[in-house]
Amino acid sequence: MVETVLETSGLTMRFGGVTASDNVNFKLKARELRCLIGPNGAGKSTFFKCVTGLLTPTEGHVYMRGQEVTGWQPHQIASLGVGIKTQTPNVMDALSVHENVWLAARRFYNIAEARDRADAIIERLTLSAIARTQLGQLAHGERQRVELGIVAVADPWLVLLDEPAAGMSAQDVDRMTEIIHELTRFAAVVIVEHDMQFIRSIAQTVTVFHQGAVLMEDNVERVMSDPQVRAVYLGKKA
Amino acid sequence: MDLSFVILVEVLYGVASLVLISAGLAVVFGMMKVINLAHGEFMMMGGYATITAVGLGVNVFVAMLVIAPLVVGLIGLIVERLVIRHLYGRLVDTMLATWGLSLVFIGLATMIFGNTTTGISTPIPGFAFGGYQVNGYNFFIIIVSIVLVIAMYAVLRGTRAGLIARGTMQRSNMAAALGYSPDRIYMMTFFCGSALSGLAGAVLAPLVGLVPTSGGAYIAKAFITVISGGPSLIAGLVSSATSFGLVSQFFTFAISPVIGEVALLIAAVVLLRTMPQGITGRFFKGKL
Amino acid sequence: MGRNGSHDVIITLVVSALLIWLLPLMISTYTLTVLVIYGMLGLSLGLIWGFGGILCFGQAAFFGLGAYTYAIAAINIGESTLPMVLAVLVPAVFAALLGAMMFYGRLTDVYLGVITLVVTLILFKFVNSTAGPQYVIGNARLGGFNGIPGFQTLNVPGDPSAYIWGDPYFYVCAIALVAVFLLVTWLLRSSFGRIAVGIRENEVRMGLMGYDIAARKTVLFAIGAAIAGLAGALFANWGEIVTPKLFSLGQSAEIIIWCIVGGLGTRFGPIVGAAGLAYLKFMLGQQSMIDNTLIMGLILVLFVVFLPRGLVPAVASLLNSIFGRTKRKPRPRRMRTARHG
Repeated sequence: MVETVLETSGLTMRFGGVTASDNVNFKLKARELRCLIGPNGAGKSTFFKCVTGLLTPTEGHVYMRGQEVTGWQPHQIASLGVGIKTQTPNVMDALSVHENVWLAARRFYNIAEARDRADAIIERLTLSAIARTQLGQLAHGERQRVELGIVAVADPWLVLLDEPAAGMSAQDVDRMTEIIHELTRFAAVVIVEHDMQFIRSIAQTVTVFHQGAVLMEDNVERVMSDPQVRAVYLGKKA
Repeated sequence: MDLSFVILVEVLYGVASLVLISAGLAVVFGMMKVINLAHGEFMMMGGYATITAVGLGVNVFVAMLVIAPLVVGLIGLIVERLVIRHLYGRLVDTMLATWGLSLVFIGLATMIFGNTTTGISTPIPGFAFGGYQVNGYNFFIIIVSIVLVIAMYAVLRGTRAGLIARGTMQRSNMAAALGYSPDRIYMMTFFCGSALSGLAGAVLAPLVGLVPTSGGAYIAKAFITVISGGPSLIAGLVSSATSFGLVSQFFTFAISPVIGEVALLIAAVVLLRTMPQGITGRFFKGKL
Repeated sequence: MGRNGSHDVIITLVVSALLIWLLPLMISTYTLTVLVIYGMLGLSLGLIWGFGGILCFGQAAFFGLGAYTYAIAAINIGESTLPMVLAVLVPAVFAALLGAMMFYGRLTDVYLGVITLVVTLILFKFVNSTAGPQYVIGNARLGGFNGIPGFQTLNVPGDPSAYIWGDPYFYVCAIALVAVFLLVTWLLRSSFGRIAVGIRENEVRMGLMGYDIAARKTVLFAIGAAIAGLAGALFANWGEIVTPKLFSLGQSAEIIIWCIVGGLGTRFGPIVGAAGLAYLKFMLGQQSMIDNTLIMGLILVLFVVFLPRGLVPAVASLLNSIFGRTKRKPRPRRMRTARHG
């Protein structure tokens, strides 16, 4: 029996009269890789924000490793050992690559170990050459990679990524795919994504959101060939 | 009965003076997201403009309602061209630069008018109501504030300039995309805001002894009122002026004027802590 | 880092020893003392603003609170050691409470500015209105706008009759500044300081890493207030009177001007700015042609528009370009760009 690391029950988020997330029941097992897809405004990002603590859901519950975390602050959730990457690149531009990654490691390890871990992951991400460069001077793809390093450096058991491949070159996406596969050896990974190509290359199970609710949840090939999903993506009535 | 009437007038006066003090700052902040910390000194200069004009033999109402706004508006225009326009989009930097400007104006006023208190007498006599003496000038201030709010509403709602202004408030890059030069809009806005500050300073001048540092007394109140009001220009101004006016007048009557002032400040802290987006960030959404 | 650190400490000690020896040959120690105190006050804001990204419009509140705490405690106790300690603790506790209220409410930028400004005003108005005989704390009368004169000034710990004043007092203040400077240096090199800089750069990211932003900002804010409180107590001893003017907005404005002119994000900048401008003001005070306030205002405006990074970073990058060392590029000034939405 594999442990459930992330679970939501009846998760609902309303903004005024709009229900952005509607009664979502979601379950994720340890070391599972799951993609959340759906057209714009389907509620993926709202769901993501409710899980990461950036929003407090109007109704429903979020559990991580069996512990209720509904309404927790993002830093409390991150402290459990959850790695989070938001949609827009969120890094410290005036600090070096090493400093960025070190800060993430320092939260969980002492000074020396944080330095070693930062060095190791920078090596793995092939960022060693620019380890002392300020992030503000790097290209978009490199910054995305650094942020992935920030997320991964402390060996999280759950990783939540919001559109990690957005705006990246094909080469960068390939490398990203590789890193994510490496992550799944130890962590469960949730990816919110638009890019079908990327999803095909990485995912096994896909959850489709539509109008705030879960439309279907299945193997990636079956989801892609499902007429209802296609209709949703093309904007027709199912 | 008499007492309640007097209290009503006092409370209305408290609210009206807050509206008056804050209007100029509110226009500039609402439209341009610029906090003009020299706002108090603009009011101070409005006061001096009035006193100087009256000294030259101009009718006091003409001096207050026409000359002072024009003079201060022009000073505002110069300031905008020389300093502010270099700093758009840098909220904290504009605050710091305008704080510097406020010191410059205090220094200038000290050099020109000297560090002494000047003033003009109230042009409207007081009258007795029942057993109480009522300051007739307070009515004038209440009326000026009401006219001001209505005028602002009418301009924003009813004129083409108001429409552009509202568009700019919502989304300045959109107004620019539609072909309205944001540079000119900002220039005009700053002129109007400064003129309003000048007007407020002029109208309030007869009630206070004017010194070069008089502006300091206004800026904090105006700053608080505008920030607490939140994103909607008129609704924010009126609602926060009303809240603070009520609080401060209540404590003034109940305890003392100093406690009234302190209560206003504490109310502001509590309000911003509970509603970080200001009153209209939570209520009256989408109003003007 | 350890070797580098001790290297820094030695340089700091040598340079400050030289300055402490040479400066009194040029400027009277009485004037120097207040410059040193202002330097410490500047450093207190430079720490929280330049490295923590917390723009406090009311640093004068902690300065005044430190001075008043010292004066009141000194009158009641009669010996200066405990009052000095209290003058550091009281502003720190006050700042911790205020900071917790603001930072847990997730207030930033303008709103932070408004609240700190308002709190300063409240203190100013309140203290100003305490002229009546009913306002006493122990044996100390608050005295309203007249302030509190005639308290026990600094003495050798344990011996209330051995006053420290004149030249020795200057050396005490100078050593205190060096100690605070080294403390700030150490703090910034520690994990706490590096995390604080991370928070200045990107709060959301640091939160997502698992850091409790509000708690860390509150602690940093309190440390800044403690330093300002110490400066206040030293100032009280120097002036031998405390008045509500210490809490005034003008005083707050001056501290901000020092930081801007000297340069944010550096440790020297605020000290240089404070001492330099205070000395300039002192010199200007001896002429009456141009108003003092006007010049200060003009300096602030010119710096914000033309040299927003401040003197020390500008001079440093100038020297770097002259000597061809372009290893470290000047950091873009991010913490002061508006994040208003």
